[in-house]
Amino acid sequence: MSQMLVGKMMTSLNKDIIKISTEQDMVLIRHRVRDYAQKIGMSVLDQTKLITACSELARNILVYAGNGKATIEVISERLQTGIKVVFEDKGPGIADIQKAMQDGFSTGKSLGLGLPGAKRLVNYFDIQSKVGHGTTVTIIRWKR
Amino acid sequence: MDRIPILKMGHFLLVTIQVDMYDRLALNLENDLIQMVEKHESKGVLIDISAVSIVDSFMGRIIGNIASMSKILDAETVVVGMQPAVAITLVELGLPLTGVHTALNVEKGMFLLQKKIKEDIFEIDEPDAGWENDDQPE
Repeated sequence: MSQMLVGKMMTSLNKDIIKISTEQDMVLIRHRVRDYAQKIGMSVLDQTKLITACSELARNILVYAGNGKATIEVISERLQTGIKVVFEDKGPGIADIQKAMQDGFSTGKSLGLGLPGAKRLVNYFDIQSKVGHGTTVTIIRWKR
Repeated sequence: MDRIPILKMGHFLLVTIQVDMYDRLALNLENDLIQMVEKHESKGVLIDISAVSIVDSFMGRIIGNIASMSKILDAETVVVGMQPAVAITLVELGLPLTGVHTALNVEKGMFLLQKKIKEDIFEIDEPDAGWENDDQPE
């Protein structure tokens, strides 16, 4: 899916911004995403995949940037409905995104499954990062 | 500090995770479980995750750690009740969960643990079988 498609043709139906600064915020994000996913009638499997991806990305923010925010959106494009979540932080940024997207690569103490794992669990995954400025990750999971 | 209760049942320790896990809670559980295994000389740990709706890489790592640590302390770990959606997600995430035994539900998990420690006892007692003669008159 091209960036343009995601950018212009989608209609946002609902928007929610959650700050990420403690572990409890991760639990809150998982709850909120589940609420929205249930509201649009997403299957349990799709919900689980989406929430797991959100959990990974929210943790990345906590571990590497300290704090940030997540924007949860219900979106619709043509006949599809889905959930889009944008994770933003003003942390140190990622020097080598290609490397960070490899399985098993981690600068922290994790397994290095966070980013590549999250990518596998969603339909759309986009990561933008600038060293010293922060990182933005956008994910979308469509209701099938 | 929040804690997940650990129940002692004979040779085994029983944990049922009923709440949303966050990282601190998972780390506490890991710590508490290992100390309990040592204290009670437990032979097995049964973790019921039937009420857990997501297991991410951190949580998976904690489960793996618990299994490896228990193993070193001579206890087996069985994870039971994983929801199908969680299993699919874990595989797609790429988490192997090596060294962790799994069973469909608590009952089957208990059976598995019992079988495992019976095998152990059998191996130890087989060579001399001396204890059977203990109460015989000299």
